[in-house]
Amino acid sequence: MKSLKASGHPLANSAVQLQSLQSEVADTLQLPSFHQKLAGAGLFPLQPLEPAVFQVNVGKMCNQVCKHCHVDAGPDRQEIMTRETMQQCLDALARTTIPTVDLTGGAPEMNPDFRWFVAEIRKLGRKVMVRCNLTIIVANPKYQDLPEFFREHQVEVVSSLPFYNADKTDRQRGKGVFDSSIRAMRMLNAVGYGQPDSGLLLNLVYNPNGAFLPGSQESLKRQFKRALLDEFGIVFNDLYAITNIPISRYLDYLISSGNYNNYMEKLVNSFNPAAAAGVMCRNTLSISWDGFIYDCDFNQMLDLKVASPVQHVRDFDERALNQRSVVVNQHCYGCTAGAGSSCGGTTA
Amino acid sequence: METYYNPEDLKKFGQIGEFQKELADKFFSYYGSVFAEGALTAREKSLIALAVAHTVQCPYCIDAYTTDTLEKGCSEAEMMEAVHVAAAIRGGSSLVHSVQMMNKAKEISM
Ligand code: SF4
Ligand code: SF4
Repeated sequence: MKSLKASGHPLANSAVQLQSLQSEVADTLQLPSFHQKLAGAGLFPLQPLEPAVFQVNVGKMCNQVCKHCHVDAGPDRQEIMTRETMQQCLDALARTTIPTVDLTGGAPEMNPDFRWFVAEIRKLGRKVMVRCNLTIIVANPKYQDLPEFFREHQVEVVSSLPFYNADKTDRQRGKGVFDSSIRAMRMLNAVGYGQPDSGLLLNLVYNPNGAFLPGSQESLKRQFKRALLDEFGIVFNDLYAITNIPISRYLDYLISSGNYNNYMEKLVNSFNPAAAAGVMCRNTLSISWDGFIYDCDFNQMLDLKVASPVQHVRDFDERALNQRSVVVNQHCYGCTAGAGSSCGGTTA
Repeated sequence: METYYNPEDLKKFGQIGEFQKELADKFFSYYGSVFAEGALTAREKSLIALAVAHTVQCPYCIDAYTTDTLEKGCSEAEMMEAVHVAAAIRGGSSLVHSVQMMNKAKEISM
C-alpha cells in the first residue's frame, strides 16, 4: 500500500478534504456546522488555555502504511524535520515553561536527528513523550536499542495497538504488525516499561478499526490488560481510546467503503459539549516538520495554520499565540463525539 | 425498492414517544438501566443482546448490536460465538420437543 500522496489520490490535497467534509455535513446531510454546534455550547470562538503540551511532528516518514493514518505517512514520504528546525523548537521551548514535549510522526524515530533532539529536550528539563508505532523497534537492527534509549531519557512511550489480536490489528495496520508489536512490547517490558513502580510509562492507544466510535475507555483497558497479560505476558500502564478523525486515509476509507455519510452523521449526533470544552487543541501547540505552528496534528494535516500573526516556530511568542482562537472545522466533530477524543484519550 | 424494513427507521426509534410519551419514557429508562454496567458488564450484555437479536430476527437490533459489540471491543470470533449460542438454543429448543413427539408416537403405536 502507498500513501495517498504517492498514488496521486485527490484526497492527498487538504483543500479537497476540507471541501468534501464541508459538502458532506452541510449540504448532503444538512447537519449544523461545527462552528454552529460550538456556538450553541457557548464555546465559539474556541479559546486556548495555558499550553501544556508542545507537540512536534518530526516527519511523515514511517515504516508502516496504516489504513486509518491521518498523516498519510509511509515509507514513501520524505518530509522530515531538519536539525535547524529542531533547534528553533528548542529555542522556543526554552522561552516557555511548557512541561511536556510530545514527539510524533510518521515514525519519529526514523528522523536521523531524533535521538539528539530527545536528549536536548531532556536537557531543558522537559518531559518527552514519543508516539512509537512499536514495530519500528524491530524493523531494523539499528532501532533495537530504542527501549534502552527511551529508558535512559525517561521517555514516556505511547503506542498504537488497535486490538489485542492479530487479525484486527493487521487489517488496520498491515500484515505482521501485531506479531512485531508484541515482540517490541516484550522488549519494552524487559527494560522496565509498563512494570509497576518503574516510573517508565508504556501507554497504549486504541482506535476503532472501522466506521464506529470507541466504547468505554475503562472497559477497553480492562480487556486489553487481561488479554495481553494472559496470552503474551505483556504489561502496560494506561490505554487511551481515541476516535478516528475523518481526514486523509481514514476519510478515503470512509468514502470508498460507503460509510462516510453514516459516520459523519454519527459524529455530529454524538456531539458532547463537555467533550468540546476539553479538546486537546486548547492546551497544545503542534509544530510541523517544516516549523509551522498549528492547533493540533489534525489541523496540521489539513494545512490550517494557527490564527495568529506568529505562524512559524522561529518567531515563537507564547503570549501572542495565547491570544489566538483555535481554528476549527468539520473534522473537529471527531474530537467532540461521545466521551470525546484527544491524544490522551477520552476528554469527558 | 420499498420494503417493510428501512435501515433509516432505526434512527427514529427514539421517536416512538410521539404516540405515547409516558410509556416510551418508561421503556427507554428501563432499557437504559438494563444495559448499564451491573452484575454483568455492559460488554457481556451487548453480546447477549446480539445473540437475542438473532433469535428474534430483528434486523434493527442486529444492526445496532453489531455496531455496539464492535464499539465495546468484542472480536468477530466472540460475536459469532454469541450467534451460535442463539442458534444452539434455538435448534435445541426445537429438538428437545422431539421427546414429546417420541412420547406421543410411542403412546399411540403398537
Ligand atoms: S498511523 Fe502511525 S504507524 Fe501508521 S502509518 Fe500513520 S504514522 Fe505510521
Ligand atoms: S481537530 Fe484539532 S482543532 Fe479540531 S477540536 Fe480536535 S484538536 Fe481541536
